[in-house]
Amino acid sequence: MQRRTLAAVAALALGATLGLASPAALAQNKTLRVVAHADVKILDPSFTTAYISRNFGYMVYDMPFGLDAKGQPKPQMVDKYTSSKDGKQWSFTLRPNLKFADGSPVRAADVVASMQRWTSKDSMGRAMTALSAAEWKAVDDKTFTLSLKEPFGMVLEAMSKPSGYPPVVMPERMAKLPTTTPIAEVMGSGPFMFKRDEWVPGNKVVFVRNPHYVPRTDAPNGLAGSKKPSFDRVEWLYIPDANSAVAALRKGEVDLIEQVPPDFINPLRADPNVKLLPSGSWQGFIVMNQLHPPFNNPKVRQAVLKAVDQDKFMAAMGYPKDLRVTNCATFFICGSRNETTAGAEPWRTPDVAKAKQLLAEAGYKGEKVVLLVPSDITYLNAEALMAAQTMRNIGMNVDMQTSDWATIGARRAKRDAPDKGGWNMYVTVAGSFDADSPVTNAYLSAACGTSLPGWPCDKPLDELRTAWLKETDAGKRKQLLDQFHARAFEALPYISAGQYSPAMAVRAEVKGAEKLWGGLPLVWNLDK
Amino acid sequence: MGYLLRRLLATLPVMAVVAVVVFLLIHLSPGDPAALIAGDFATEEDILKLRAALGLDRPLAQQFASWLGRILTGDLGTSIFTQVPVTELLAQRIEPTLSIAVLTMGLAVLLSVPLGTLAAYRAGRWIDRLVMLFAVLAFSIPVFLVGYLLIYGFAIELGWFPVQGYVPLAEGVGPWLRSLALPCINLALLYMALLTRMTRATVLEVLQEDYIRTARAKGLGVLAVLGHALRNAAIPIATTVGVGIALLIGGVVVTETVFAIPGVGRLVIDSVQRHDYPVIQSVLLLSAGVYVLINLLIDLSYRLFDPRIRY
Repeated sequence: MQRRTLAAVAALALGATLGLASPAALAQNKTLRVVAHADVKILDPSFTTAYISRNFGYMVYDMPFGLDAKGQPKPQMVDKYTSSKDGKQWSFTLRPNLKFADGSPVRAADVVASMQRWTSKDSMGRAMTALSAAEWKAVDDKTFTLSLKEPFGMVLEAMSKPSGYPPVVMPERMAKLPTTTPIAEVMGSGPFMFKRDEWVPGNKVVFVRNPHYVPRTDAPNGLAGSKKPSFDRVEWLYIPDANSAVAALRKGEVDLIEQVPPDFINPLRADPNVKLLPSGSWQGFIVMNQLHPPFNNPKVRQAVLKAVDQDKFMAAMGYPKDLRVTNCATFFICGSRNETTAGAEPWRTPDVAKAKQLLAEAGYKGEKVVLLVPSDITYLNAEALMAAQTMRNIGMNVDMQTSDWATIGARRAKRDAPDKGGWNMYVTVAGSFDADSPVTNAYLSAACGTSLPGWPCDKPLDELRTAWLKETDAGKRKQLLDQFHARAFEALPYISAGQYSPAMAVRAEVKGAEKLWGGLPLVWNLDK
Repeated sequence: MGYLLRRLLATLPVMAVVAVVVFLLIHLSPGDPAALIAGDFATEEDILKLRAALGLDRPLAQQFASWLGRILTGDLGTSIFTQVPVTELLAQRIEPTLSIAVLTMGLAVLLSVPLGTLAAYRAGRWIDRLVMLFAVLAFSIPVFLVGYLLIYGFAIELGWFPVQGYVPLAEGVGPWLRSLALPCINLALLYMALLTRMTRATVLEVLQEDYIRTARAKGLGVLAVLGHALRNAAIPIATTVGVGIALLIGGVVVTETVFAIPGVGRLVIDSVQRHDYPVIQSVLLLSAGVYVLINLLIDLSYRLFDPRIRY
């Protein structure tokens, strides 16, 4: 009898422990679980260009202006603004009652310090300072001004720059810290607060609703409008195994996968509990080292361009037909507001015979081309293999050197000759925000002497970029943009390997996913 | 006591060699954490400034000296990526890792010792063949594949367990056990295969000893005989269990990755991929310390099984 009682008690206890939800689980309110595209390591979006840190910034920080879903700058923290007729004097007033997550007020001095920090880091901010001697000043707690010596055609675009280094607003004391290392503190006035005590680097980032956030009254629209969250808590999970991430989504343990690995796109389409959405536009970059032969010769670069079959690149990277753009002929993202095909016509269709002819005319003598092949990032590995095959197709002597991305990151900074530890070519990808204009495109935005590894330098491009930035007339800006684009096809700072959309997967019960924009996990659009 | 002291002192040169080798291996391998922190589209100027700020532009000897100085004062440093102290990162990871190690080995010992003993007792019979077939299969199938099969069967189809993630013990025994069930079964299969074979082989050998024959002749029951045999076969089994625990604490990357468990193994891999020097150095040094300590404990445990052993 005693034994039976004991067994019953034990069984009851076991059942209770296994069956009951934990106190923490019961305490949780409305939670959204997102499988992020990467692990958050750097909590300072004003420090790194890593996309995951930028997305972290969207959650906890706000910006003076935000781009709407049409790519137009709209006031965000700013309530009203004025500009002088000559475009040199600007005045901005902040919305009333804006507060940081600790309850302290957002002052104009905070915005000014944040903008000064931003102009010292970002390509567009630096251009603004270099061309127009931008000077930011707080007039009172609510008003700040921008004085320019020369007109700058993109003031509002700059203040709403969504990527690279977005101009996030932080308290003055943080914004004035040195820009040489990331800021460890997180204090924004955005829709969520970062829960540092629940942060497990390499595994989980937790955000809770910011009680001091003051949303705009207009509807959510891209990175503009109200960002009032429906969820009390958002968890970003880092699940490195794609199979497990997809299984967790199918089982409903997570609500959203920010970027579905290409291999899982088609299987997920068949799941009625999951919705699959294109997640922004991305471009493949083929970067050539222009300091050393053979790519110091523009004709050799053009020969490779003529051989590049974008569709094959995108197919090799695993993207199905409906998620890739066939032969996108613009550097500035097909479908974007800066899309232009000026100068692209001779290069639109791949032609191996013509590419071989160009290579012969360039005087290529079979010099070895050192191609850096990343082993640990599947889609970049595929892009690199395709680049190797493309060059071999036209008779180039390719030496594939494989290593992890961290090693490539270090090696690509070396200016040495390829046979002395340097390199000739590497591949990467960029989201639309880092490709869609002469001042945001990672490889077209930098002037001679400040460009990224590969070190392209073309004075006419620099002059056209400067003229475009200074111009305030829309018609003339378009002309200059076309001229810049045509020149880019002659100078070829890089080659586009094609355009694709990664896929985002969302549980069917999550509402509002169609309102997400630019491939960004703007979770205030979502509800369930 | 003297033996213990001697063994502990002997770990010092081992740890010193490990420290030097780990530091050199990590710093001489190509790769630049500053380039990774700054991001793909950062300028060279930004990267150079960051390298200087992190002290990565200093001579290697200087970097080693300052790291060693900190380690000797108990300061494991700070992750150069997350700016979180390494001790805090380790504290977050040690619970899942210890949980996996203890539950996995507990499960493995609990099942494999009786199975191995049974197989030895019934050597050559169908039950022995069945047990050995299981051991071969459990050894041969890759861990990640078993992991996926467990997820498919028990998490997706039956819905008994979560697909991924770790629930801390503080949130309740039930959720904690549920979160660890599949990863521990996944790993336990491997260790069960190893321990079952080991137990079978050693018990089989002991069962042929004269004293066992004598015990049987005296009319002792099966369980009593096997009890005698097991006690004498325990030393190699204890060694295997000890090494198994050390390996598990050192990190089981594949299982932790498949089940998204934030353990020490994934911390090491993430840190290696990013060249997060302070984290890699500290974790590897501590792992080496754990190996040394567990080996010492294994040696000491021999006396429990065989009182004739003297140190």
